[in-house]
Amino acid sequence: MNSALPRHRLQEPKANHDDSAAAQPAAADKRGSMQNADPAPLLQLQQLTKRYRAEDAAAVQDVSFDLHEGEILALLGPSGCGKTTTLRMIAGFETPDAGDVLIHGRSVLELAPRDRHIGVVFQDYALFPHLNLLRNVMFGMQQVPRAQRAERAREWLQLVGLATFAERMPDELSGGQQQRAALARTLAAEPRLVLLDEPFSNLDAALRESTRIEVRQLLKKAGTTAILVTHDQAEALSFADRVGVMQAGRLCQTGTPETVYHVPETAFVAEFLGHTNLLPCLAQGRQAQSPLGEINLSTEAQGEVMVSLRPEHLSLEASPASDANCEVISREFRGHDNFYRVQTAGTTPAEYKVLAPYDCVLPAGAPARLTPRQPGVILRG
Amino acid sequence: MFSGSKVNILTAIVFKPARHRIPPYILWPSVLVIVLMTLPLFYLVLRALQADWATVQHLVFRPRNLDLMLNTLRLMFGVAAVCTAIALPLAWLVVKTDLPGRRWVTLLAVMPLAVPGYVMAYALLSVGGFHGVSALWFGVRLPRIQGYWGATIALSLYTFPYLFLNLRAALHGLDANLEESAASLGYSRWHIFRSVTLPHLLPAMLAGWLVILLYTLGDFGAIALMRYEVFSYAIYTQISSASDRIYAAWLSLMLLAMALTFVALEAFVVHKKKYARTGSGAARQARPMRLGWMALPAWLFVLAVVLVSLGLPSLILTYWLVLSPPDISFFTDVPVTFLRSASAAIPAAILAALLAIPVAYLSVRYPSRLAAAVERTAYIGYSIPPLTLGLALVFFSLHTAHFLYQTVPLLILGWVMATLALALGPIRSSLLQTRPNLEESAQSLGHGPLSTFFRVMLPRLNRGVITGVVLVFVFLMKELPITFLLRPTGYDTLAVTVFTRTTEGMYAEAAPFAAAIVVFSSLTVALMLSRESKR
Repeated sequence: MNSALPRHRLQEPKANHDDSAAAQPAAADKRGSMQNADPAPLLQLQQLTKRYRAEDAAAVQDVSFDLHEGEILALLGPSGCGKTTTLRMIAGFETPDAGDVLIHGRSVLELAPRDRHIGVVFQDYALFPHLNLLRNVMFGMQQVPRAQRAERAREWLQLVGLATFAERMPDELSGGQQQRAALARTLAAEPRLVLLDEPFSNLDAALRESTRIEVRQLLKKAGTTAILVTHDQAEALSFADRVGVMQAGRLCQTGTPETVYHVPETAFVAEFLGHTNLLPCLAQGRQAQSPLGEINLSTEAQGEVMVSLRPEHLSLEASPASDANCEVISREFRGHDNFYRVQTAGTTPAEYKVLAPYDCVLPAGAPARLTPRQPGVILRG
Repeated sequence: MFSGSKVNILTAIVFKPARHRIPPYILWPSVLVIVLMTLPLFYLVLRALQADWATVQHLVFRPRNLDLMLNTLRLMFGVAAVCTAIALPLAWLVVKTDLPGRRWVTLLAVMPLAVPGYVMAYALLSVGGFHGVSALWFGVRLPRIQGYWGATIALSLYTFPYLFLNLRAALHGLDANLEESAASLGYSRWHIFRSVTLPHLLPAMLAGWLVILLYTLGDFGAIALMRYEVFSYAIYTQISSASDRIYAAWLSLMLLAMALTFVALEAFVVHKKKYARTGSGAARQARPMRLGWMALPAWLFVLAVVLVSLGLPSLILTYWLVLSPPDISFFTDVPVTFLRSASAAIPAAILAALLAIPVAYLSVRYPSRLAAAVERTAYIGYSIPPLTLGLALVFFSLHTAHFLYQTVPLLILGWVMATLALALGPIRSSLLQTRPNLEESAQSLGHGPLSTFFRVMLPRLNRGVITGVVLVFVFLMKELPITFLLRPTGYDTLAVTVFTRTTEGMYAEAAPFAAAIVVFSSLTVALMLSRESKR
């Protein structure tokens, strides 16, 4: 039966403890690309489906992915896309209607949350308000002999830089400190997997970025496998080894941050991860007829396709009216670059977004020439 | 058989959606609460329906019932009017003006809660008449205060603090911007009060009135002492003269119908008047109005209220204790009687809190139709007239559980039913302040439900639980109607002793017991007020 889970789970994640933090992302990327070679991923989701009410649309529909030891996955999507529900099903707080959650190849659906050895860091941290920091961290250390708990808890607090705050109560800490304390408490229980539910959203913008970097380093140092749920694309791209984009309960695309950003598979993914231009094209192999003229394609195709070109994949230059193919509508100065909206002339005028260098300054109404610099990416659907 | 099929339906409701399966240690106590609250009423109806149709017609449609109903309505109207006339000005003075000594006024306006209706009735009764205090002390024979006015005054002086507290909270929550914007539009102060302040006080007013009206409907101590013929008085005479149980059952059902009508009416009106809700968050407080010379009449008003509601009972009790001291043995009886009351009130209070915990859990953590039903039934015992509840339990024990009839366990059961809702309030609100994340964290950190409850939830809930236990305990130490019906023979609590001695005209002999109630209640009211102000 499943109740006889290995109690010696502590040893497992220690394998890559000594790897330097900097070397980790590359290793994880490699692992991500060699998924099929690894026989038993740490976590497998198989066609996970959840419906809160019979008459409602599914909150989560056929979500499947694998997660390998030491890897950090970000589930990214707008609010209500099912990412938190997915997380809660992994943790065991919700029961899926269909599908399976496997850890080391074994289903954990029948296990209560407390028997899954999955740590959760909540959006509002959920530190126990009646216990001081040390006792909060000790709370989950049931695997450690009682006599050693305090000492080990202090080590965890040391790791997150809160050693001097051990006796403080949670309400005497700042938001960022509470965040790290919650992480220490979760890590101290030595879970097989850590789930982070929008952990940075309660922090102000300045603190969010530094905390994000710290937490990533901590997780990598501990060799922890983690899933981050977020609606912030910058957070997902910078924090995770792999990003899964969710929309309306479905997982649309997973891949490295670079792949998901540069080679989006659907218009939704392309637009959710930043600005993009969608061009209806007529493809012939690696070439296509687009509203901007002949463009290259990243993959071969035939017939009508929808192509995505990011604003930074276009270039804009001042041009005499005779040679121009567009007109500047507006310019937004952003310091290190200029963000343009331009409109093409012709029978079907269309608007494009262009990211131009800081020294490319064109007034509104100016004629300009717009040219693709990179091959376009063909989108599905 | 009846309860068995009911439980099956309930479990079917619970397990069908299966989103959050309700753990059995929460489900079964909650189902127990439903059974506990509905079963005795079932027996009451059963008993009432034992009569044949001709008898029922004879019992229900006799003209006396109409008199009883009109008298009851007159009493309710009178009490509500007097309470409003006292509580509204007091609340306004305390919150909206610069009246000197506002804190003291608040304290003095809440203290009458310590003087139960039957003690107030006792005090009023012993003022006039041939053996009254005025005759014995001053040689002036005043007419006895009794009947309609006696009952109205006794009940008003005891219950107006409920309305005062509601109105005070509502006035505190009133956003000053509303009144000030009306003032900037050129409206007079009186106009603003009528058109802006008063409508916003309406929900609080209705809630306060409901409490007062339910209390008036259910009270029987003051009514019986004042000999004013309302439903509860008629039930009392039916029971004490042990004549017609079936008539008593029908009277209780009519009383219940009246109570339910008012509960429904209040819910209907509040539902219709949604605009009167003030938003969440701290509303800005207006600068207090300057009273100037008006402070003098304001204080005279306060003084008059205090003199009648607190001064009069204190004076009367002091008179009987000091100038006409009863036999010394009565004083030794007081501690024994106090302990007798407490020995049943303490287990009842703990039991009520214990049952309230799963109900609160169910309603906060597993919101569903079942949870709503359980929560609503938990309020049955509190809102139905205590005499109805007591009688229902008498019928239940006579019919099914004869071994319980006139025993302390049955009394405790009745008390628990009447006070479960009282314990539920603070426990529910402290549970609401505890996010479900805390429980989930504890679970993901490897703790089971019991360990989570004791190590994470109980430390958060203990304040609510203690408040609940204390509220119930204090309430029960004064409780009269249920005790009167359910106590074992000779099991005289403080309240019962005061009541029976007063009915026999033994004012001096009742004084030490009444004083014990007032002192104990004052201490607890003061304690609760000081806790509230610390928050």
